[in-house]
Amino acid sequence: MKNALATKWGIIVVGIAIGILASLLQLWGNPANMGICVACFLRDITGALGLHRAPVVQYLRPEIIGFVLGSFASAYLFKEFRPRLGSAPIVRFILGFFAMIGALIFLGCPWRALLRLAGGDLNAILGLLGLVAGIWIGTRFLSSGYNLGATHKTYASAGWIFPLIMAGFLILMLLNPAIPGEPQSGILFYSVEGPGSMHAPLIVSLIIGLVIGFLAQRSRFCTMGAIRDLILFKQTHLFSGIVGLAVAAFVTNLVINKFNPGFIGQPIAHSMHFWNFAGMTLAGLAFALAGGCPGRQLFLSGEGDGDAAVFVIGMIAGAAFAHNFGLASSAAGATPAGMVAFVVGMVVCLLIGFTMRETV
Amino acid sequence: MSNIVDARGLSCPQPVIMTLNTIKKVKKGDIVIVVDTDTAKENVSRAAKAQGWEVADIQPEEDGYSITIRKES
Repeated sequence: MKNALATKWGIIVVGIAIGILASLLQLWGNPANMGICVACFLRDITGALGLHRAPVVQYLRPEIIGFVLGSFASAYLFKEFRPRLGSAPIVRFILGFFAMIGALIFLGCPWRALLRLAGGDLNAILGLLGLVAGIWIGTRFLSSGYNLGATHKTYASAGWIFPLIMAGFLILMLLNPAIPGEPQSGILFYSVEGPGSMHAPLIVSLIIGLVIGFLAQRSRFCTMGAIRDLILFKQTHLFSGIVGLAVAAFVTNLVINKFNPGFIGQPIAHSMHFWNFAGMTLAGLAFALAGGCPGRQLFLSGEGDGDAAVFVIGMIAGAAFAHNFGLASSAAGATPAGMVAFVVGMVVCLLIGFTMRETV
Repeated sequence: MSNIVDARGLSCPQPVIMTLNTIKKVKKGDIVIVVDTDTAKENVSRAAKAQGWEVADIQPEEDGYSITIRKES
């Protein structure tokens, strides 16, 4: 069967859909310039579970659950569910870990970098430049034989594990619903102030997550791949998707009057230009070495890719470390500990790039 | 004789890199690329076309696809 969403226009339509839905999520309650941020939302989930205790970023974001389950449904419907694993899982865990550290120095994943720019946050330009720089380093490794090795086919039930974890999170949320003004409900933590307290209604977030997960699985939407393919193959296919996202979010922001251009006072952002650049360089390199942006890793997890799921779990561990040890930036800027973590992360990612390659 | 590229189990962009490397090496004729995901099938086909190669045939295999790309001259 012809996959219309994997065509050039298909991916543009998916990018536009994500851009519009992300901006609408902001209108309906999600934090400003953070309609959807895979890194921030995984960090919020980490907080909701109590794996870090930063009180302002704790909410079990249903969008993430929707991404995985939407992709899972799409993969099953179109017979693309292929349970597989075994391509250097510990390396992927570490890459996920440092991808999150880098993203939280900048304060956003590539999706949010685009959404921040579309909302007028000019600091995002530094982040996007850093993302390109990190991915460029990654492409140098890819060109010289970097390869984490092949996956192998596994049991269908192994491919079900990550979608089932997400379904479990949803059940936890339904059993422990938010209580207005209360920082805890049963075993889950809920922010009563800060970005974690800002969210669209659960059902809205979940449905939008499911729709995006479904569409993105079909279209192979990937922000890192967009930039990587442009650098490595001069291919604009995936890139047209992220242009669609940015333009659609920008236009939607204009329509709903949420476009405020500038560097200073932008929501959940800081203006330390070097660290915005550096954080995303680290994240971009880690995404490139792992073969996908955080969103793409979630969609791959939904279609049975156990290695992508390990990357996501690495991101959750990274978020816990970032907030437990003060590595994550805030509106006040990057932290000294975060700067050290950046250096460690770059060294680790470069070592992975240099040492894990076949001779070509 | 056709060249065979076995890219099964490899995540993107490895199948595309392997295909492009083989295209550079053989310049013309037939290349058969074996992949195990739909994404890799689409990416390899797209990359081959961008290089001026024709996607001559795509056969479903037990665990994926076997793609034949061709350039006459």
